[in-house]
Amino acid sequence: MSDARGLTSWLTTTDHKRIGLLYFWTALAFFLIGGIEALFIRVQLAQPNGQVVSAETYNQLFTMHGTTMIFLALMPLGASFFNYMVPLQIGARDVAFPRLNAFSYWVFLFGGLLLNASWFVGPLFHAGMLNVAPDGGWFGYANLTERQYSPGPNIDFWVLGLQILGISSLAAGFNFIVTILNMRAPGMKMMRLPTFTWMTLVTQFLIITAFPVITVGLAFLMFDRFFGTHFYVREAGATPILWQHLFWLFGHPEVYILILPAMGVVSDVLPTFSRKPLFGYPVVVYSGVLIGLMSWGVWSHHMFAVGLGPIADSVFAATTMLIAVPTGVKIFNWIATLWGGDIRGTTALHFAVGFIAMFIIGGLSGVTHASPPADLQQTDTYYVVAHIHYVFFGGTIFGLFAGVYYWWPKMTGRLLDETLGKVHFWLQFIGMNLAFFPMHLIGLLGMPRRVYTYAPELGVGALNLVSTIGAFLIALSILIFLVNLWHSRTHGQPAPNDPWGGATLEWSVSSPPPVYNFSVIPTVTSRLPRWSTERHGPMRDPPAAPPEPIHVPGGSWWPMVAAFGLPVLALAPLTQTLWVAFVGAALLIAGVYAWAFQPFEV
Amino acid sequence: MSAHTSMGLDNRKMAFWAFIGSECLLFGSLISTYLVYKGKSVVGPYPPEILNIPFTSISTFDLLMSSLMMVLALAAVQRGDLKWGKIWLFSTALLGLVFLGGQVIEFTEFVHKGLTIGTNLFGCTFFVLTGTHGAHVTVGVLWLLTLWIRALQGKLGRANAMTVEITGLYWHFVDVVWIVIFTVVYLIQ
Repeated sequence: MSDARGLTSWLTTTDHKRIGLLYFWTALAFFLIGGIEALFIRVQLAQPNGQVVSAETYNQLFTMHGTTMIFLALMPLGASFFNYMVPLQIGARDVAFPRLNAFSYWVFLFGGLLLNASWFVGPLFHAGMLNVAPDGGWFGYANLTERQYSPGPNIDFWVLGLQILGISSLAAGFNFIVTILNMRAPGMKMMRLPTFTWMTLVTQFLIITAFPVITVGLAFLMFDRFFGTHFYVREAGATPILWQHLFWLFGHPEVYILILPAMGVVSDVLPTFSRKPLFGYPVVVYSGVLIGLMSWGVWSHHMFAVGLGPIADSVFAATTMLIAVPTGVKIFNWIATLWGGDIRGTTALHFAVGFIAMFIIGGLSGVTHASPPADLQQTDTYYVVAHIHYVFFGGTIFGLFAGVYYWWPKMTGRLLDETLGKVHFWLQFIGMNLAFFPMHLIGLLGMPRRVYTYAPELGVGALNLVSTIGAFLIALSILIFLVNLWHSRTHGQPAPNDPWGGATLEWSVSSPPPVYNFSVIPTVTSRLPRWSTERHGPMRDPPAAPPEPIHVPGGSWWPMVAAFGLPVLALAPLTQTLWVAFVGAALLIAGVYAWAFQPFEV
Repeated sequence: MSAHTSMGLDNRKMAFWAFIGSECLLFGSLISTYLVYKGKSVVGPYPPEILNIPFTSISTFDLLMSSLMMVLALAAVQRGDLKWGKIWLFSTALLGLVFLGGQVIEFTEFVHKGLTIGTNLFGCTFFVLTGTHGAHVTVGVLWLLTLWIRALQGKLGRANAMTVEITGLYWHFVDVVWIVIFTVVYLIQ
């Protein structure tokens, strides 16, 4: 494909850098949609007895807000960096399976479109617009989500959309595990990998182990809804608690799937802008691995209110408190990295430090849920909403924005404006604290989550208004970010290879990198190859022009064709039309076969 | 596929091991659900009334033998013996088809005896678990037949031994899963 331009070159691309950019723009678009949904929620709750949206619409708004942000914004924004940065950080020319990588992206796009199409296709199901979007909450508790209690197509969109998105994540998981383990440049030992790549690896292991579990949970729900099984039907002797176990067995690793990449970004950003190696690199890596392992042993802390009994409650309380330890270790390592460093207060560093501060608050409120008696007071109140937003917004989003400001010059060849960047940071920082801090109080004062309005007697009107003002400040900050992106396209300062003095390999090539990444595959001799250390001088960057021609694999249509089979397959149960299933399966099979037999040199 | 890799293991093979790890969680969840719901059905038919152990033992033996054929197929392709490679690949696929045929007979008989996917919890968990396994066998059969056709076209040489090896990994995994299912569902009632 080389430097080809035009639509076709993007539709058929297998270049990890282009796929990274596709992930970025798609995820950003979904992030804006999820944000607009959040603004509607906040407008509705700005005062008691809000009348802006109906209860039914409100249910769809919070369900789609959660589902969109988790599966369509945060995970793929992380994936954007996995795609763009991991091959560059390990000294590879691409991922292990470039076409599988394209397949992951297209499946993600189609799955996201299918989920969001639910906003508009009501008339096809004899309902109004804005009537058939998923409305069962992002964790879709059975048996509320059974056909008996949710007869419309709303939950069908949710179940089928998530099944499709799971395939995307799984395919990417296998791809990146092999890429990181097997495609490293000579001398790039595991304990020389940049921390971001390490955390990506842990994340991928969590993905390939957690997603099969939700797949099974969703398949049971799908069979219950379409084929008359009784997996979650109490009258048949089943227990809806099974759904909660399967969902949270996936759901808790998922929390770490969302936060570990951000932790990885921060662990790369802090050393660069303190001009100091990461404090205790091995400990940070091992803590990440430990968090990954322990994330499998804490799921029932989401279920204290079920009444699992004192033994289960005690065990899960203990494991939950324990998992705070490796997280705390990382926080001290980050602070120690800053300590005594030659600090440059770039926007990326602002976001990284903001991440640490906000994540501490989110982590601490998380530990308060670890105690079952306290959790019983907090369950299903706004306190939990406050907690997850400190973790996902203050944590993941701040970490990912640190990554955007850090890597944008590498990805586009243009620097973002630092002044606008800092305005963005401070507005977002103030906005998020105004929006989410009062929710702790709102929750403890007794306001339940997921209820479309509240009575004035509850006495949380003023706090809710503050929260809404905060939400609009966040929106303003995002607007400034978009202006900054737009502005950088034409007015951004051109970026040299290494605008920040980074230690890792991605800074040794041009910005943006050539299609083959490295003109000569580098040989790595230390963990910080581009810095002088006690024993090593900095490496020589690869020459600008390759000494010999480099073969770059061509593009392929087939990953997209195969991916397109999946949403078509999903349309069969949605429309209850059998022949659609055959069309979808045919597309999928034809795509896979054409892909398998297409000559494609790597 | 580039020959050199950091871990010395072929990329596709490593991806496949990761895939198998992931599949363990998939079948693990299905089998756990079967066990959790064991004996919880509120109406019949119940497992002892309906499971035909001698019949399924023959199916199980058939699937085990197909794994042996798979080993022979790989050995033949690895030594460049295309003739026996073709024979063993086809035998593996054929035994896979026989297993699937057995499953069709079994499912049909159960439905005649009044056990459908919606009858009771045993029906739900049994059909979804064994059906998922059957779907895996079906994919495996299609894959093996594809390789067999490639071999007939003379396009499956020693250079493709890794492809056959990975097919074998999948096939053996599906076989091992069946051993677990057979034990849990049929033998330990």
